[in-house]
Amino acid sequence: MLRPAIDTDGAPFWEYAARGELRVQACADCHEPRFPPRPCCPHCQSFASEWRPTNGRGRIWSYVVPHPPLLPEYAAQAPYNVVVVELDDAPRVRIVGNMVSEAGAPLGSLPPQRIRIGARVQAVFADGVPQWVLERP
Amino acid sequence: MTDRKGLHGLKDATAVVGIGQTPFAKRLDEDEKTLACRAVLAALDDAGIAPGEVDALASFTMEETDEVELAKAVGLGDLTFFSKVGYGGGGSCATVAHLAAAIASGQASVGVAWRSRKRGSGPRPWTNTTVQLPTPAQWTRPFGLLRPADEIAMLTRRYMHEYGATRDHLFNVALACRNRANQNPAAVMYDRPLTREMYMTSRWISEPLCLFDNCLETDGALACVVVSRERARDCAKTPVYVHSAAQGLPAQHHGMVNYWNDDPLTGPAWTAARHLWKHADITPEDVDVAQIYDAFTALIPLSLEGYGFCGRGEGGAFTEGGALEIGGRLPVNTGGGGLSEAYVHGFNLITEGVKQLRGTSTAQVPGAATCLVTAGEGVPTSALLLTNRS
Repeated sequence: MLRPAIDTDGAPFWEYAARGELRVQACADCHEPRFPPRPCCPHCQSFASEWRPTNGRGRIWSYVVPHPPLLPEYAAQAPYNVVVVELDDAPRVRIVGNMVSEAGAPLGSLPPQRIRIGARVQAVFADGVPQWVLERP
Repeated sequence: MTDRKGLHGLKDATAVVGIGQTPFAKRLDEDEKTLACRAVLAALDDAGIAPGEVDALASFTMEETDEVELAKAVGLGDLTFFSKVGYGGGGSCATVAHLAAAIASGQASVGVAWRSRKRGSGPRPWTNTTVQLPTPAQWTRPFGLLRPADEIAMLTRRYMHEYGATRDHLFNVALACRNRANQNPAAVMYDRPLTREMYMTSRWISEPLCLFDNCLETDGALACVVVSRERARDCAKTPVYVHSAAQGLPAQHHGMVNYWNDDPLTGPAWTAARHLWKHADITPEDVDVAQIYDAFTALIPLSLEGYGFCGRGEGGAFTEGGALEIGGRLPVNTGGGGLSEAYVHGFNLITEGVKQLRGTSTAQVPGAATCLVTAGEGVPTSALLLTNRS
């Protein structure tokens, strides 16, 4: 499985994720959140940023169900789901991830027919990477 | 458009006067450099221009054959302009646009644009995980959003959800392209008709996109020759004028993973279109035929909206009633496009646009005088308005 190729801008996201926290980068001056993380604020050009806690909740914005040909370790779990989750606390910060049956479960653990655009979801963490579960399973 | 006096910039200042291509196939034996040489020489022969007269080149950053290799192989002259455009299929029309700008501004006089690719028999680019783009490598690929098909399927699902577009709309796109390919002996899918049942029962690639929503994997090369309008009059074939040209990279755009702005379903087409029409004497209603980049069927409804052929959310409905077929409101991809002729990063859409305006397409739109050609939607893009009237 591919691990996130972490860069300087994104490193804090993954440090917080390792502690089970979903945080998003925001401008320390004008307070606009931004994603993906980057060196300065596209709204006010400030280089000062902060990592704002979120409640880890959101709604499914869209999803796909990939089928082979895929990289071998992904093909072995296909068909699986990939979702984009719109966060309650920062609607334009849409996190790509996977719906699973419980924290640490494999990619294909939740049947795709359980997934709907608009469904409420909650972040969980496994091995330092966020996953998503249905708020009402 | 009849009087050059008072005109400025690019409008009708240059013309495509030569086009060339190799055969298209799942596998060609020759390497990319050889195929590039064949396509370029065919285009120059078509124009009636000697290789030694070429002084400008333009291609894609993803092109493996560089200017030095190509120029010394086919015997080009001294080059005074050469450029490469990024973002894969988003760069196709920009290669012609860069040559037009160079020639109109006096930096060169004879330009050649080309693309040579062995995507049919070569490796799939997404399997090389060591050269991933920064954003996908960190924020999307690890979660199994591995391929362009997955990234565009995500936007497609949202598009269908927001606007009520259906798989039948996507089928209309696939069918129009396949029907034109069935008229084009050079098309990979020339002898392979498509039915709705085949489409609806085909295997998934990334739900909601099925096999027939995805472009072909093709080996092939194409090229075209651009000169000034004055020079064009002395060339062998009917000049096809570059009436307007544009590139487009919208504010806060994120490429094929365009999930992080206010309106992810308005992409680069909207930006390119604003510039394209601003500098044109015609409107979308005046376009006789369009060659719209079709790596995936869903890019066509999005592009129809972006380039102003219909309103927001109307791209799916626009495809109904045979609108994209010959005789419809807007015949598209009349050689079969990337879905059914060949997928060579959209360069075959440029050459097909030229064929339409010469009156030599295998699926000719009667009296076609204006053609829109677009590059990839969903990535920083480009577009051309071509005309045979000037």
